[in-house]
Parts: sequence; C-alpha cells; structure tokens
Amino acid sequence: MVTVVHENLENVDAKMSARDVSVFYGQKKAIDDVSIDIPTEYVTAFIGPSGCGKSTFLRSLNRMNDTIPSARVEGEITLDGENIYSPKLDVVQLRARVGMVFQKPNPFPKSIYENIAYGPKIHGLAEGKDELDAVVEKSLRRAGLWEEVKDRLQDSGTALSGGQQQRLCIARAIAVDPEVILMDEPCSALDPIATAKIEELIDDLNGRYAIVIVTHSMQQAARVSQRTAFFHLGKMVEYGRTSDIFTNPIEQRTQDYITGRYG
Amino acid sequence: MSLTILLLLALGLGLAGWLAARARAWTFRRASSHGRIASLPNYHAWYVALWIVLPVLIFIGIWSAVAPGLITQSVLASPAADQLPAFGFQRQTILNEARAVATGASQAVFNPLAREFVEPYREALSRYNWIGIIVTLLVAFLGGAYAFLRLKPDFAARNRVEKIVMAILLGASLVAILTTLGIFVSLVFETVRFFGMVNPIDFLFGAHWGPDPMANAANPDASRYGAIPLFWGTLFIGAIIAMIVAIPLGLMSAIYLTQYADPRLRTWVKPALEILAGVPTVVYGYFAALTIAPAIRDFAISLGATSASSESALAAGLVMGVMIIPFVSSMADDSIAAVPQAMRDGSLAMGATKNETIRRVLVPAALPGIVAGVMLAVSRAIGETMIVVMAASTAANLSANPLESMTTVTVQIVAMLTGEGSFDHPATLSAFALGFVLFLVTLALNFIALRVVKRFREAYE
Repeated sequence: MVTVVHENLENVDAKMSARDVSVFYGQKKAIDDVSIDIPTEYVTAFIGPSGCGKSTFLRSLNRMNDTIPSARVEGEITLDGENIYSPKLDVVQLRARVGMVFQKPNPFPKSIYENIAYGPKIHGLAEGKDELDAVVEKSLRRAGLWEEVKDRLQDSGTALSGGQQQRLCIARAIAVDPEVILMDEPCSALDPIATAKIEELIDDLNGRYAIVIVTHSMQQAARVSQRTAFFHLGKMVEYGRTSDIFTNPIEQRTQDYITGRYG
Repeated sequence: MSLTILLLLALGLGLAGWLAARARAWTFRRASSHGRIASLPNYHAWYVALWIVLPVLIFIGIWSAVAPGLITQSVLASPAADQLPAFGFQRQTILNEARAVATGASQAVFNPLAREFVEPYREALSRYNWIGIIVTLLVAFLGGAYAFLRLKPDFAARNRVEKIVMAILLGASLVAILTTLGIFVSLVFETVRFFGMVNPIDFLFGAHWGPDPMANAANPDASRYGAIPLFWGTLFIGAIIAMIVAIPLGLMSAIYLTQYADPRLRTWVKPALEILAGVPTVVYGYFAALTIAPAIRDFAISLGATSASSESALAAGLVMGVMIIPFVSSMADDSIAAVPQAMRDGSLAMGATKNETIRRVLVPAALPGIVAGVMLAVSRAIGETMIVVMAASTAANLSANPLESMTTVTVQIVAMLTGEGSFDHPATLSAFALGFVLFLVTLALNFIALRVVKRFREAYE
C-alpha cells in the first residue's frame, strides 16, 4: 500500500526530505518506506495512534536513534540536499542545525542562564560574556520566557513550572540557531494553559524555522499545523494540508482515526 | 546452656500463645453474624505471641546479666569461702576453675582449694537455673494472659501489632546510634585522662612524636607527644597520595563502564573491579612492601636521590590508592547510571558530543554520589593500618618528601595499645586521644562533604 499524498499542495522547497526511509530496531521494522518533504514555510504535524512509529521517524531526522544501539536506518534523509546519514556528515553539526524538544521537559540541572548558554558554548557561537548574554536574552525572548525569568536567571532551571521548563527547552534549542526544530509531543506532560502558551509559541516561530511536531492530540495538530501526516503501523498513510486531512481524508484509516474509531 | 533452654522456652511459649490466640480469634469470626472481625485472626495471634516473647526476652536479657553475680554470691556464702585468699586476682582464678568444673567445661581442678567450691557451684547453678525457668514461665504466662484476655471480636489487634513492630524497628535503629554514642563516650573518657597528663596544646601542635612507654608515668615528657607528624602522615598518605591515584582512575573507569563499555564487557569488568575491594589489606601490604616499595627506591636512586629508603609514604599511598579505586568507581558508576536518560538525550540533541555530555551534564548531576564515594574512600584510607605498617614503617617523620618513611595515626594507635606500657601510662592513653582526633576529623570531613554537595548539587527533579 502506498502513501496517499494530496495533490493540491503548494510547490515549496523542502528543507528536509525523506526518501524510502525504513527504521529497524533489531529485527523489528518500526518504520516502513516513508517519503516526505518538510518545508520551512509550514508547521508539519505527525499524528497517529500510539506505537505507529511517528516518534521513531522524528528521531531519525536528527539521528537521535543513533543513541539506541540496535536501531538501523535505511533509505535517504537529506537536509538542504545533503544526506544526513552519509559518513562524511558530522552528527554534532547536524544536531546543531536540527534541534529537538522532548516529550517531558528536560532542562539540565543548571541555572536558567546556563541552560540556554549550554549550546552556544559547546558550539562556540558566542565570543565573550556580552555576546553570550545577548544570545541568552534573544533566545528567551523568542521563547516568550524572558519577562518571566529575567530577574532570576541564576535560579535552577528545574525550579520552573512544567510549562516554563518546556519553553526553556525550546529556548535552549533556539539558542544554537537551528534550521529545523523537532518537537516530540511537547505538551503531553503539560496542563491546558501551559499547552496554549506552547502552541502560541509554535505559531510565533513558524516561518523562521521548519517545525515538525509529533502529537497525540488531533485538536492540537489542527490548531498549530498547516501540513499533517497520518502514520499507522509504521507506515505513512496520508499526507496533505491539515484542513484537508481533518475534513476530507481520502484514506478510510485516516477517516477512522480522526473520527475516533481507534487510537 | 541454660540460656539456650530459656530462649527455646520463650519461642515455644510464643508459638503456643500464637496458636491459642488464633484459635480464639477464629471462634469470634465464626460467631459473628457477618463473618468479619476487626482484625484478621493472624493479627490476634501475633499480638499474643509478641506479648509473650518480648517480656520473656527482656527478662532473659536482665537475668543473664544478673544471674552470674547471684550465683557467685551464694557460693561465697558457703563455709569454705573463709579460706579464700583476699587478693582479687587469685580469688577469681580459683572461683573460675571451680565453675568450669561445675559446668562441665573442664575435667579436674588444678588448685586444691578450688575443689571445695565445685559442689557449692553445682548446687547454685542448678538452683538458679530452675529459678530462671520458673520466672520465665511466670513472665510468659502473665504477658500471655494479659494479651489473651484483651482479645475481643472488636479488638484492634492489627493496629497494636503495627505499633509493636514499629517499636521493634525503632529499637533496632537506636542500637546503631547508641553504639556510636557509647564509642564516643568511652573515647572521651580516656582522652580526658590523657590530657590530664599531657597538655592538649603540646599534643595537637607538637612536631615530635616518640612516646616512651618505659618512662616515668607520673611525669611524662610532653615534648615527646607532639602528634603533628602523625596527622601529616595520615593526610599525606591517605588523603593526598591515595586520592591522587584513586579519584582520577576511579572516576574514569566509572565513566568508561557506564558510557562507553559494551554491556557484555561491563558485566565482566565491573565485578572484577569490585573484587579489588574484597582483597584483604594484608595482601596489599605484601604487595606494597615487597614489590612497589623496592621499585620506588630503585627508581629514586636511579634518578639520583640519596635519601631514598625502602619504606616510603609513596609506596603505601600508591597501593592504598589502588585499594580504594572500587569505592570511588562503584559509587560514581551507580550515580552516573542513575542520571535520567532525558538529560543525556537533551544534551546530545543540542549537538554535544558524548564527552561534552559527560563532562558538562552527567558528572555535575551525579556529583553527590561521586563525592559520597570519595568520602567513603577517604575515610577508608585514613583508617587503613596494615598497608602503612608494612610499607611506610612506624617511624614518625614530618616531611613533604614522599620517598621518606612515615607513619599514620592508626598505625600509632596499634603500636601504643600493643606496646609494653601499662594501661594507665600516658603512652598507652595517647592511643585514645589519637582515636578521638581521628573520630572528630572523619566526622568533620563527612559534615563538610555534605554541605559541599548541598551547595553544588545539580538536582534533577
């Protein structure tokens, strides 16, 4: 069965593209032959029932699967036309360009300032204290957290509330000036108000970075994304404009999922 | 012998009470209309059993402390006692001999006078044996009856048993605390006696150590009791040289094992490393004295050093460092492995390398465990005696040259306590003062380490 790709999509340049990508954990095939283009212009959402492989696929976009010894990726994933699995490519550089935000907020047990400064320091992006200060402020402003924390930058990042922690993690990712930001169910551990703030933030960041968000919540996908891909049993079933996926799905399985038949 | 009988008796009575109470509780249960009582029959049973066993155990404890005195008293009341010598030591020997025969521990007496006391002893022993058994039965019966009579269908036996169990647990933890306190008090007592003879200032700040156990005890030469060389030797060998070896090696092996090693390799290397901790220190001492120390001396001589001796602080410190590697690495290993995967992922996803992640995220987050391991290693090293005796000699020496022979506080404690001096001689008592200082220093080190950890701790959640 092949993926159904809607035909009414605008023709935009792909920041990242996947071609015939399969991911294995040992013998088990977790992702089967997925091809997709991810543009900078839109927020792309991956939806699907638990265990459908959407997070696995997301993690293969910045090679976080490398940390799992048994994981293996076949096919081709490119960033600006460059194969990210080529031996010549430095995974450190890749992850600086493709940032990631996790399901559970995971600020480092350091000060708020040090959390943001971490990336710029290890990549040598700021010269001297003043420049570092500027990067920290800019990242926190962009993540909508500056006003809340500017007077307590030396407090521990883990002392913030859950929603603030997650915005801190987004600010941390922004600080190294990435081109793509991957978000793996970023709101699943947050309350509705914190979730609304994150969604607002995603709207603000849209266009500046290519954003891919994995979500369990179909309402969230409908609210924040312009493109949606539906995954089921390791396959990408359908890909199109978010509005079309939710109102006129072509595949029966997509229809069943968004109407709550399973998932 | 009689103690065993009493203990078995206590257990047997407890079991009987247990069974009786359970049977009684079952009758409540059958009698009640809805088949429910406030507590399960087993709790009733345990309640009664505990009320039998605990008072009996308390009685046995007191009895075994009091009975020997009572027995001796009654033996001394016999007519033969008049012939006993008045001097305590001889008198005691004769009585001990008689008791050994009476209990069957030996066949015949050496001292003819002791024969007179065998029969009185035998009588007294059997009499007090019976008294012990009877009182035990009485205590068990009273405790059991009190508990048994309280059993009712609505009796909250479960809550009572929980409370008794809590009290037992509390008692168990008190034992450790009280023991520490007891050790401390006994040290303080002897230390005060020592400081009555030697000025504490001379002891703590004097730079010459050489107590003479044969000197006049009444008028000790305070200038021979300067403990600075010992403190310095302890610090230099245990806390400086050994730590220079153990901290880097232990930490690096922990990082390798948790972060880089293949899981199959890890299952082999980690236990192998921990075996190091199980090697008796005497064996390390041989290794230090026979292999390392001569090698260091030869090496030093080949470099042109003239004063190199075959017993050196360096040899002891190096071997001690190897000995405590497992303490550092095992604690560091556990605490690094306990840092959540999310921290690691977060750092890797920022484009940090494995090395940067370890240095900047994992080690800071694991710091409390690492410091705890180091502290454990330091106190182990400071308390170590055997390696120092064998490899660094017993000569007190205030020097910063690691090739010289040195000695430590613990080695001197042993030397002073096993020396020829009488017990109330200041040379012997100085061992207690040394132990007291060691105790305080270790306590202070632990306290400081806790504060440091609290201050610099990077707590994840």
